[in-house]
Amino acid sequence: MAIKVVERRPLTLAERTYLPQILAGLKVTWDNMVRPSVTLQYPEERPTIPKNYRGVPTLVMDPNGREKCVSCQLCEFVCPPKAIRITPGEISENATNAHVEKAPKEFEINMLRCIYCGLCQEVCPEEAIFLQSQYSLTGLTRESMVNNKVKLYELGGTLPDGHHKWDKKKEEAEKQAGGGH
Amino acid sequence: MEKLLHDLVLSPEWYFTAARGLTLILIVMTLAGYSVLLERKASAWIQGRIGPNRTIHPLIGWIPFVGTFLAKGGFIQPAADGGKFLFKEDALPGHVRKFYYVLAPIIALAPALAVLVMLPFGEFLYEGKRYAISLTQGADVGVLFMFAISSLGVYGIALAGWSANSKFPFLGAVRGAAQLISYELAMGLSVLTVFLATSAPGQDHGLSLVAMVNAQSGAWNILTQPIAALVFLICVFAETNRHPFDMPESETDLVGGFHTEYGAFKFGIFFVAEYSHMIIGSTLFILMFLGGWHVLPWMPTVGEGWIGSLIGVATFFFKLCFFLFFFVWVRWTLPRFRYDQVMRIGWRVLLPIAVLNLLAYFAWYAIRG
Repeated sequence: MAIKVVERRPLTLAERTYLPQILAGLKVTWDNMVRPSVTLQYPEERPTIPKNYRGVPTLVMDPNGREKCVSCQLCEFVCPPKAIRITPGEISENATNAHVEKAPKEFEINMLRCIYCGLCQEVCPEEAIFLQSQYSLTGLTRESMVNNKVKLYELGGTLPDGHHKWDKKKEEAEKQAGGGH
Repeated sequence: MEKLLHDLVLSPEWYFTAARGLTLILIVMTLAGYSVLLERKASAWIQGRIGPNRTIHPLIGWIPFVGTFLAKGGFIQPAADGGKFLFKEDALPGHVRKFYYVLAPIIALAPALAVLVMLPFGEFLYEGKRYAISLTQGADVGVLFMFAISSLGVYGIALAGWSANSKFPFLGAVRGAAQLISYELAMGLSVLTVFLATSAPGQDHGLSLVAMVNAQSGAWNILTQPIAALVFLICVFAETNRHPFDMPESETDLVGGFHTEYGAFKFGIFFVAEYSHMIIGSTLFILMFLGGWHVLPWMPTVGEGWIGSLIGVATFFFKLCFFLFFFVWVRWTLPRFRYDQVMRIGWRVLLPIAVLNLLAYFAWYAIRG
């Protein structure tokens, strides 16, 4: 490797007095001062949340308003801080989504443990759990910081979904039963 | 109106004397409070923030427009800060020398208020004679008095650092004292050239601030003596312990400097004293170099009678406000010097420059005769 010697020229008289530099500095601070401030006055003004933001994890429903979670418990297993607790349950025969195999009886996410890593969203085979845009979650007791199923669906709402996986399965099954093909 | 103004400034009656003293103290204390606000606001603007904009009393906030304006401008903030200092627990640490510990803030503030006695900030005409708007009329030693007394403020710092009985305040106090001594010399020498310019042979009032201002009704001294003005300006920054010379405080290396052990109202007094010193330093610079209450160079007055005087006082006030802003502006522009750099600038740069400048003006006036 060739050594490159950086030439250091001696300071000129003007530079040694330091005064032109001070004036230039004053101009920099002045320019900064007349620039509009970047402060976001938080409680009144809210930040715009980017699309891929990882906020509070929520459960979402499909466009038909049915829960998508099938209680496979993958999120529970993958969750690094073990914040998720799922109690699997059956779906009753008469329900509109009876063709789905399973549904959670209870689904709890302890937000005191959650680290917002998004692994649950990534692992979910049903696209049922999403970290959405809510960034401010507070509570007065430890119990209130545990989101139960009702709360999770309330936070999550309905997301568009083009797959309709279980409906298609049902159609398929009905076709085969009807002796198609 | 003119009679009232005259009485207010000149009448020897005790109630007028008391009134002007109280008014001046009130004005300066308020100004010190609001220069804290200016400091916070200007710092915020320079850093792209907004600054204090929420403090409001419910009763005032209830007034439409005015309430919002006062809150947004942070105009209630100084009162809130002062109130906080007043009602906090006034802790007295166990390891301090109690008497001197309590005495130090008082000694820091008292000289700053005492020099107000000599401060002229306007002029008015009454029955054909010109009077300065000041607490003392025609005192010839104005400048000397102000220099002598305002430098006493460092005793407050020294005493605070020593009585606090802990290392950081002590270091701060030592630095403050050394810095004041170093820069007082250059400051005095730079002022001498102003004396030379003002006091022609055979003329009285050579050291009077009023005479100095009146000598600048044409060109201001900053135009005729730029080097002296620059040296004086730098020394004012050093004497008031402002950035980049805030050696006694320098919070990065000395925690809080000389007032590390102080809290509550005693700290508040130190704070007010620092800003009072800033006000005094700025007024000195304005009076000696920036033409005092003259509106512009070669344009001493606008208007006549008491309107002219009011415009003069307003001009003076405007210059003062600009200067207080300038202190903040420089604070966020220049990083703090190292202690050895401060000493080097003081002794090896400013002092020789001041001496050479003085000699040059001596020679110039000697040749011109």
